[in-house]
Amino acid sequence: MHIQTAKAASNGADSWDLSRYAADFPILAQQVRGKPLVYLDNAATTQKPAAVIRTVSEFYEQHNSNVHRGVHLLSQRATQLYEDSREKVRAFLNAASTKEIVFTRGTTEAINLVASAWGRETLKPGDEVLISWMEHHSNIVPWQMVCQQTGATLKVIPINDAGELDLKAFESLLSTRTKMLAITAVSNALGTVNPLPTLIEKAHGVGALVLVDGAQLIPHAAVDVQALDCDFLAFSSHKLYGPTGVGVLYGKEAGLHAMAPYQGGGDMIRTVSFERTTYAALPNKFEAGTPNIAGAIGLGAAIDYVSGIGMNAIAQHEAAILEYGTAQLLAVPGLRMIGTAKRKAGVLSFVLEGVHPHDIGTIVDMHGVAIRTGHHCAQPVMDRFRIPATARASLALYSSRADIDALVRALSKVKEVFG
Amino acid sequence: MSEFRELYQEVILDHNRNPRNFGVLEDANRFADGTNPLCGDKVKITLRVEDGKIAAVRFDGMGCAISTASASVMTETLLGKSEEDAQKLFESFHDLITHGSAGEVDKSLGKLKVFGGVSEYPTRIKCAILCWHTMKAALDGSQEPVTTE
Ligand SMILES: Cc1ncc(COP(=O)(O)O)c(C=O)c1O
Repeated sequence: MHIQTAKAASNGADSWDLSRYAADFPILAQQVRGKPLVYLDNAATTQKPAAVIRTVSEFYEQHNSNVHRGVHLLSQRATQLYEDSREKVRAFLNAASTKEIVFTRGTTEAINLVASAWGRETLKPGDEVLISWMEHHSNIVPWQMVCQQTGATLKVIPINDAGELDLKAFESLLSTRTKMLAITAVSNALGTVNPLPTLIEKAHGVGALVLVDGAQLIPHAAVDVQALDCDFLAFSSHKLYGPTGVGVLYGKEAGLHAMAPYQGGGDMIRTVSFERTTYAALPNKFEAGTPNIAGAIGLGAAIDYVSGIGMNAIAQHEAAILEYGTAQLLAVPGLRMIGTAKRKAGVLSFVLEGVHPHDIGTIVDMHGVAIRTGHHCAQPVMDRFRIPATARASLALYSSRADIDALVRALSKVKEVFG
Repeated sequence: MSEFRELYQEVILDHNRNPRNFGVLEDANRFADGTNPLCGDKVKITLRVEDGKIAAVRFDGMGCAISTASASVMTETLLGKSEEDAQKLFESFHDLITHGSAGEVDKSLGKLKVFGGVSEYPTRIKCAILCWHTMKAALDGSQEPVTTE
């Protein structure tokens, strides 16, 4: 009954509803296991609109060449497209300069870059790196490694039962020993949105730098890095409707300038002799070797695509689907939401009484519904909630109320099997 | 319903609900721990081997229905078997869940045959095999922690 009404509502056109854009994503038109695909694993990776796929294949069909190297026409074109993409990223983040935009393999590499190039040079015994309990492994392990190498200490901000940062504890952990606050903007396991402006201001107050893991922020909200005043921000193209294998490290120019190179090789040098190498200017200093050229250009197309729709419209749409999804899921008997923060984005993580998340995942998959089950690369979060894993539905701009309804129907089949 | 009945057979659901030989054997002389790092499943297998035969066996831990039922049916099947038979069953069970029940199936598998459907779900094979690898490590006296990686 509940679902029926909701379904009727989902056919009505609401001004905020963007789910019609699903038609731009060729992969979503398919059937899986004989059922229409309902893709709710967007926090893991998003699908790609035709415009991005076309841009990547056009690059290989018409412009493919290496960048920054040749005098021939194709190389000029490839370089131009690659650098145009960097400008698109700059404008998208409102960074001050393209020198502040470094292409990486993704969020993980961007964080490792900072942990190595900044951390290894700077950290000493007695220094502290502050992270939170809700970090993805990629914002834990690189810091653990650099702390081991330098003798610095890793500190962790606890979270409460709703999955929100303990701000009191944060303040008491902050001190002049804190050299870096590395914090996620949005938790991929819980959906919690962290209060970045406060965190950044307080961290700067003790002289610490701030790295924002923006993997789950950039796809869901408009971001202005200058207003935010973070020192670094990392994100992945593939979670923003772009290709895999490429991502971005934003860093304030002065900070990047002061850092040693990350990897050595081609493209990151000015002059090389066996006695001495001088490094290229920003951002090339951090882009050793042939980059993921097609990927970066595809990311540019993805930015054009989402900008055409508008990040604020996307945020509004996803907030409405999240609210609807939360209400529908909470009506499922025996379902417990993991992550009930006041401010959330894009993620519905849950457990069902008496059913392991893996079994939920397999059974809903039989109904064409793709969700993620597991620890979501955030084992400390699972330990905090004393659960081995969760089932997680995560949203994108093409998610609809009908997708949520399909998930809820599939969950009722789980109940049928497990009684 | 029918499509996942293949996987979630009644026997599996029953063993998941009421696991047999659950817990830790106090007087065990063989034991090992296993984990599936991908999903966080953990299992502990404790056995008492007397005169080359499995006199008692228990499993402990938590996991999905497939891993719980697999461990439960495994302990039932192994009770009273020789170490050699247990090793053979491991091989047959491995074949069953990787190739399915369409091919030749070792008759001695008995009730274990209900896991034939797992072969259709490559991501779930590790769930079914973890307890077996752990049991084998316990029999072999291996000190290495068992993982499904
Ligand atoms: C919050 C968060 N940080 C970091 C990452 C790592 O991103 P990637 O695997 O694209 O480097 C992810 C994605 O899984 C994430 O959700």
